[in-house]
Amino acid sequence: MPLADARARVPELIAVQHDPVADHAWLDRLALGCNRYTPLVALDAPDGLILDIAGAEHLAGGEASLIADAEMRLSRLGMSVRHAFGPTADAARALARYQTRPAPDEASAVRRLPVLALELGPEATTALVRAGLKTIGDLASRPMANIAARFGAGAAMALRRILGDAPSPLDPRIAPPPVAVERRFAEPIGSTAHATKVLAELANEAIKELLDRGKGGRHFRATFFRSDGLARGIDIETGHATRDTRLVMRLFAERMDGLADPLDPGFGFDMIRLTVPRLDPLGATQLKLEGGEVREAAMDELVDRMTTRLGRRRVKKLIAEDTHIPEQAQLALPAIDAPPPLPWQMPEPGEPPTRPFHLFDPPQPIEVIAEVPDGPPQRFRWRRAFHAIRRYEGPERIAAEWWRRRDNAGLTRDYYRVEDVHGRRYWLFRHGLYDEKPDPRWYIHGVFA
Amino acid sequence: MHESSQSLAGLRKHIARLAADGGQTSRPAEGWLASGHAGFDAALGGGFAVGRTHEFFAADALDGTSAAAFAALLALRTPGKMPLIWLRTADAGGRAGHIYAPGIAELGGDPDRLLLVETPDPKMLLACANDAIRCAGSAAVIVESWGKFPLLDLTAGRRLALGARDAGTTLLMLRLNAVPAPSVAETRWSVAAAASRELEANAPGAPAFDLELLRWRAGPAGGRWRLDWNHDNKSFGHACGEPALSGAVLPVPARRAALPHGAAAA
Repeated sequence: MPLADARARVPELIAVQHDPVADHAWLDRLALGCNRYTPLVALDAPDGLILDIAGAEHLAGGEASLIADAEMRLSRLGMSVRHAFGPTADAARALARYQTRPAPDEASAVRRLPVLALELGPEATTALVRAGLKTIGDLASRPMANIAARFGAGAAMALRRILGDAPSPLDPRIAPPPVAVERRFAEPIGSTAHATKVLAELANEAIKELLDRGKGGRHFRATFFRSDGLARGIDIETGHATRDTRLVMRLFAERMDGLADPLDPGFGFDMIRLTVPRLDPLGATQLKLEGGEVREAAMDELVDRMTTRLGRRRVKKLIAEDTHIPEQAQLALPAIDAPPPLPWQMPEPGEPPTRPFHLFDPPQPIEVIAEVPDGPPQRFRWRRAFHAIRRYEGPERIAAEWWRRRDNAGLTRDYYRVEDVHGRRYWLFRHGLYDEKPDPRWYIHGVFA
Repeated sequence: MHESSQSLAGLRKHIARLAADGGQTSRPAEGWLASGHAGFDAALGGGFAVGRTHEFFAADALDGTSAAAFAALLALRTPGKMPLIWLRTADAGGRAGHIYAPGIAELGGDPDRLLLVETPDPKMLLACANDAIRCAGSAAVIVESWGKFPLLDLTAGRRLALGARDAGTTLLMLRLNAVPAPSVAETRWSVAAAASRELEANAPGAPAFDLELLRWRAGPAGGRWRLDWNHDNKSFGHACGEPALSGAVLPVPARRAALPHGAAAA
């Protein structure tokens, strides 16, 4: 039914644009909140969550009270929930989505499911129903080889998974971290300051565990579970493995201060969990007599702190790339886990530098007057000012990387190193040779010292 | 009345105590960032004092690269692997250009020593600068700003200067497209690009810089130098001027007194 028709029939209809990305982000948040029951939570997009509660249900007081708690929390967020338990993830999923008739136990409930639950697509489902196979039970009583022959190996596999004959592995949203400590509260705590204090205690516990294993953490994640079912995760990273509680707490404080939307306790946090998803070996360290180690440690800590405050992409190291295309010759990578440096092109003795100090990326268009069309520039206009050129060197011809692109190799650039009458040195290029392009444009690509 | 004069006297005493142990001139510099040019360094009493603030103003908006390169080369010519922390705002790449490591390598500097920090706004730039200068172990900290920097008032400047002095780090303030204003810096320079020595076939030569000492806490201001950079021995040298400039490039004898506004700031 078109929207206009629907609006005509129900004038008070509220229409909202479908936003799959926002829906997925919301499902993701719900999944994070459901981490309180079990570490293994998988998304079943677009609207489902699968929880592996094997061995974890007793913590919530059994299956019944676990599902009651989850339904209570999710309904508070305006969600209506259908749930089911099953021996395997696929069975539980099918039961939650397709069960229409009650059954005495899980096995018979699965058998009573319609064949639609196999999700084989409309054609195969219609074919099954026409053949008189209306339920999973009907299908399971036939030889598996016949099903595979008629509907493909996928159908047989789906059937085996739903019956629990084949494993249906989960892809958890968050892989279980190697180190996790948590604290639950009988009474939700409403103050962020108190929550931070608890986090410091948890950090001490986690670091004790790291010490026992001879490891240090590179990545720490604090998750604050609110009593209304939402959870907020805060991550910090360090450039080197650390077991320093003071540093970890300082980075967390830095991160929380810099949050665009501050940590909101809402009705209070009822659980705080600290996990260490990334570990690196870290032995005992010995300080150097001359104190070099301490200085380096201070510098590493500065990098960690600034990365935590500004984000990974804003604290950078420049790494060489093996290409002759000027704008691709360097990579700016996060300093916190930059790869070991590669050697740079060394200068020719006695020669002036051939590469600029500042590079414009993208190059900025300029207007150039040259004596002869493919000769050196004489004057150019850049940023609303004319620059008369007194000295030049060039062209340095840099071709496009023709071996990378099959169809069109791209244009050749002719670079000129020029100096204007004020002594400023620029790097200009003409984009394209005259036999490649009728009227090639000029650009300024950089400024020399 | 009596009470207020008493508290005033107390305050005076307090300030005198602060000035005695925290004054700028009370502690000698721990070392110098030398340029490698003997005459230039001697005129400054050894070079750019370590643990102090030095300001570099680009003489013109188009001289920004020269000012930046001069500050960077000064820090990178120190031996060792100590990092150079370069703080700039995220929009600086579009204005002045991105810092280009192959160019630094061709100047004889080691780009791997460079730690580049790009902050979203000037406020964060100042906050990060305060952190960076308090961290010992850097060759220098370069703080690059564009245009007026109203957040960097005398209080903020003094906080930076004290932080740098206590940690023994050198702060090089790079002010592009800005007019010199009173500050607590040890030295204040105006840097401009200078014509290079001509190579064969009319090619531009090694980088050359025109420097003017606008203010110097420890001595008279007003010196002018023209230096060029020699990447083979990683030092600044005396740029031989060309005929048109007739070699008037060594310190100009007529030394101007310190700028009046600078003196007021001190």
